Amino acid sequence: MTLLLTVFAAVVVTAIWYIKNDRTLMLGILCWMFWGASVMWLVDAVAEYIELGAEMFIPALEDMINDAFLGLAVIALALVIWIVILLIKDPRGTVRERLKKKK
Amino acid sequence: MACFIVPATEAVIVTAAALIVKHTGTKRAQTGVNNGVSNASHEKQGFARRLFWLAGMLWGGVALLAFEHLWHGEITPFFPFLTAATEGAAAVSEMLHEMATVGVGMAILVTVVWAVMVAVSYAIEKRPVPQNAAEKA
Repeated sequence: MTLLLTVFAAVVVTAIWYIKNDRTLMLGILCWMFWGASVMWLVDAVAEYIELGAEMFIPALEDMINDAFLGLAVIALALVIWIVILLIKDPRGTVRERLKKKK
Repeated sequence: MACFIVPATEAVIVTAAALIVKHTGTKRAQTGVNNGVSNASHEKQGFARRLFWLAGMLWGGVALLAFEHLWHGEITPFFPFLTAATEGAAAVSEMLHEMATVGVGMAILVTVVWAVMVAVSYAIEKRPVPQNAAEKA
């Protein structure tokens, strides 16, 4: 479930990156994070499949809910990392402009 | 258990390599402008940019996987950081086995995906830009 949610997030963010084509949004950071994690979790899933076999595809409801919750938490963490980097690097100068206006 | 340590190590090496390639590329570009030969340095800068893609994928993946390990209690934010280290020799052995199999597998697959991406990106770069895209730019 975590892998699935991360793959969906990776595809959606990559599509937005392509459509917007705006470097100042720094969406590349999110793309790399989600795709990197997806590939790594894919290896984890393959290792689990080798160990458990087809049983892996029939998870208990409680495990599925926990994994889904983890997947959402992972997406939230990635979004927080992205927004912090975006605000610190401030490629559009919005933060600097606001700070100057207040002075 | 601690499989993400292997891609994390690779991330450190790749980031250092990318910074070195970028630095030498910039230096050559500066001197190349005077000599009129800057093709090689441009290629180096392009490759450095592509190395940063790999570093981005590795660091991003490692950050999210570290969070997952923290979630499952496999790592702790305090010494000795790895839960298995406090559970005896058998747990440490299992952890090392997982690092050698799953961890190395992660590092290899991410690198393979990146290599395919680099090959595809060079091929895309050689293609002519569509008419309407050129007009937009």
